[in-house]
Amino acid sequence: MLHRLALALGLTLTPVMAPAAGDVVEFFLDNGMQVVVITDDRAPAVTHMVWYRVGAADEPPGQSGIAHFVEHLMFKATDDMASGEFSNVVEANGGSDNAFTSWDYTGYFQRIAADRLGLMMQMEADRMRDIIFDPVEVATERSVILEERAQRTDSSAGALFNEQMRAALFLNHPYGAPIIGWRHEMEALSRDDAQVFHDIWYHPNNAILIVAGDVTAEQVRALAEEHYGPIPASLSLPARARPTEPPHIANRRVSFTDERVANPYVSIQMLAPVREPGDQAEAAALVILAELLGGGGQTSLLARRLQVEEERSLFAAAYYDSTSFDPSGFSLVNVPVPGLSLEEAEADLWRIIDDFLSEGIDTAHFARIKFQIAASEIYEEDSTQGLARRWGMELTTGLGLADIESWPEILAAVTPEDVMDAARRLLNDPVHVTGHLMRPAAATAEISQ
Amino acid sequence: MIKRLIVAAFAAFFALPATATIEIDEVTSPGGISAWLVEDSSIPFVALEFWFVGGATLDAPTARGATYMMMGLLEEGAGDLNAQDYAAAVEGLAASFSFDSYRDAVVVSARMLTQNRDAAADLLRAAITTPRFDQDAIERVRGQVLAIIQSDARDPEEIAAATFNALAYGDHPYAFAQEGTAETVTGLSRDDIVAAHGAALTRDRVVVGAAGDISAAELGQLIDHILGDLPQTAPPRPDPAHFALSGGITVVDFPSPQSVAYFGHAGIDRDDPDFFAAFVLNQILGGGGFRSRLMGEVREKRGLTYGIGSFLSLADLSPGLLGQFSSSNELVGQAIDVVKEQWADLATNGVTQEERDTAIRYMTGEYPLRFDGNATIAGILAAMQSDDIPVDYVTNRNAYVEAVTLEDLRRVAARLLRPDDLHFVVVGQPQGLSPGN
Repeated sequence: MLHRLALALGLTLTPVMAPAAGDVVEFFLDNGMQVVVITDDRAPAVTHMVWYRVGAADEPPGQSGIAHFVEHLMFKATDDMASGEFSNVVEANGGSDNAFTSWDYTGYFQRIAADRLGLMMQMEADRMRDIIFDPVEVATERSVILEERAQRTDSSAGALFNEQMRAALFLNHPYGAPIIGWRHEMEALSRDDAQVFHDIWYHPNNAILIVAGDVTAEQVRALAEEHYGPIPASLSLPARARPTEPPHIANRRVSFTDERVANPYVSIQMLAPVREPGDQAEAAALVILAELLGGGGQTSLLARRLQVEEERSLFAAAYYDSTSFDPSGFSLVNVPVPGLSLEEAEADLWRIIDDFLSEGIDTAHFARIKFQIAASEIYEEDSTQGLARRWGMELTTGLGLADIESWPEILAAVTPEDVMDAARRLLNDPVHVTGHLMRPAAATAEISQ
Repeated sequence: MIKRLIVAAFAAFFALPATATIEIDEVTSPGGISAWLVEDSSIPFVALEFWFVGGATLDAPTARGATYMMMGLLEEGAGDLNAQDYAAAVEGLAASFSFDSYRDAVVVSARMLTQNRDAAADLLRAAITTPRFDQDAIERVRGQVLAIIQSDARDPEEIAAATFNALAYGDHPYAFAQEGTAETVTGLSRDDIVAAHGAALTRDRVVVGAAGDISAAELGQLIDHILGDLPQTAPPRPDPAHFALSGGITVVDFPSPQSVAYFGHAGIDRDDPDFFAAFVLNQILGGGGFRSRLMGEVREKRGLTYGIGSFLSLADLSPGLLGQFSSSNELVGQAIDVVKEQWADLATNGVTQEERDTAIRYMTGEYPLRFDGNATIAGILAAMQSDDIPVDYVTNRNAYVEAVTLEDLRRVAARLLRPDDLHFVVVGQPQGLSPGN
């Protein structure tokens, strides 16, 4: 029930996931392209993914949305393929394909019968360098991304609120801009903007090939050398140096009112450290802290106290983004029961946090979470697509193979004292952004059905 | 949730590989419950799925939402354990249970580690057979359901589907959201919840899918233990629903820069001789991926939407051919015209040989790729049984698809696609469309 409510509110519960090491092999092509192979022969299929170490946070000022726009345009014509042919060929071979863009990465993937892997590589290698940005296609596709923004963001009060919260949290880092882009900047994105962005970032030495499924590392190596090997490395690949955050010294407040809001809520967000190469202990402690405070289900502290014991919340949770190139966010959310104000809901969150900081950790709860993290290694093996996606995310956010493989042990080694130390550093009088998502005061009329 | 049902029904039909890359054991438990099993000990856990056919359509008109709320309450305390203690016990075993309600079925899904499977099964048994329905849990979940109902009332996609169903199905249960209304949910008593439990979870309506680290003998005993002494028989299901909606456009005013359009007309039964032709036809018209007619004409050529699709709804009591997209208020009228044109073109001219061949290559090639995990497979196996699909469907399915000819597609397109019957529910502030026309 909680999960369905969270979905309805536009909030999601993210289960803790610790990686399974599994059968993973990593190597590099001579041109610098990184390759990761995850073997699983349970189904005669492969997932073929190419991830670029570039995302929305690498965009030039004034061009928010260009990383995602280029992702869309990568399905158009190349020197060898007609517009749309890429997906047509995939589907005609019984496969499916798509792509995704985040602040830190852009990824392309196909899922298809294992014996078609070479064909996928041939086409993916083709569009890495030989995509053609045709002015007519660019204009039509710009309409598509504007429709995408309208559907995903502008039609949802919760999505608009989240966008405003991020913009308030990040004072200087481009994490404050939406991946899809600000509408006024999207409308101005040009063919040349796309061309320049692609020319800078789409090179084998900025790419990671991940193949997961019914295939061996040696098969992948041979095919990758054939298809991706001949593409020269870029000699002018920029470092991913984004503008960084100044010290946060002032609390900020966001008030957003929209007549489409059904259940008003309060969100409190603050900057938090993330997993760093060779230094993941703090992030591991914060992962467990988020679980203890407000992870899935009603046993977390916030849910137990506010939802069950005091019956003051419909939903209360904590979120932490551990895997990100630059420091990211830790957030608390509280949807009060009807009749309670957002001011009261906000005070409730801080009251529970204060209690936690003074009372410490329920050791039985801590032990259950540690066991769940260990078990997630078993469950995660059930989806090689999921594994492939997690590896891609970790590698494109700057982590290395050793970091990824040691993460389960680092999580397992976290002690209650580690969590309390991390909690005090994060939550003891933090500088934060508080957001209220509200309905208009006079919103009495129901929206008719 | 209604959309989820359609997805579930759709997945139920098209979900197993033609080439038997998996081996399905047909198991009957000592207590007489039938189950299908794909045994695979490579990962030390088992995924189980129990489908109880009937679902929210069994709700009495005065107690709409009872089944939905009852399923939400199964994890809120059972046997000796109150809600908190129950959740902690499940968490301590790293098991995961989910209890979902749909229009035509309720579904219990579980993952259990091999190392503590017996203890996890005890907890699942308690939830299914001896839920407590404590009054404090009822009030808590009631509050959550009311919040969901309020949220859906302000979500244009939910409003579109709900409006379409209300217009199409009169006073049949399909006309109503399974969550109920604020009024019915506020009025639900503990007795209503107990009655819904007795009606929805019965032995004669359950089928089981299982995949993972368990033998057939172990599975039979496990199922009997988990289902315990549930009632044997269920109340009758409602009669089939009559699809009462004629062609036209219904506009629901909603403050948004974009309109959601939900559209369709009556569909085709799963046991119709032309069903497979209709299945291929829908793939060409608006099936998944980027190369359908609708995606090509509405998105790729004209940029009128981010995504558009059509689907055969195989809802047990009234099949439909439905679709959905979102377009900016100033573009949605144009997009509707394009949809109607495509509908009419296919109905009149059929499809091309290339379209047929490409669609069939996709459908038959994609089929074996679906089983890539225990949880997925368990769901597929249960859904197939709930639809009375024989186990040999697995080996024959691609042959059925490949047997569809160009002439079959012409015939079924002329019969199934009726552009004048298409009804569009448009939620937003569309330009050039007036409410109720």
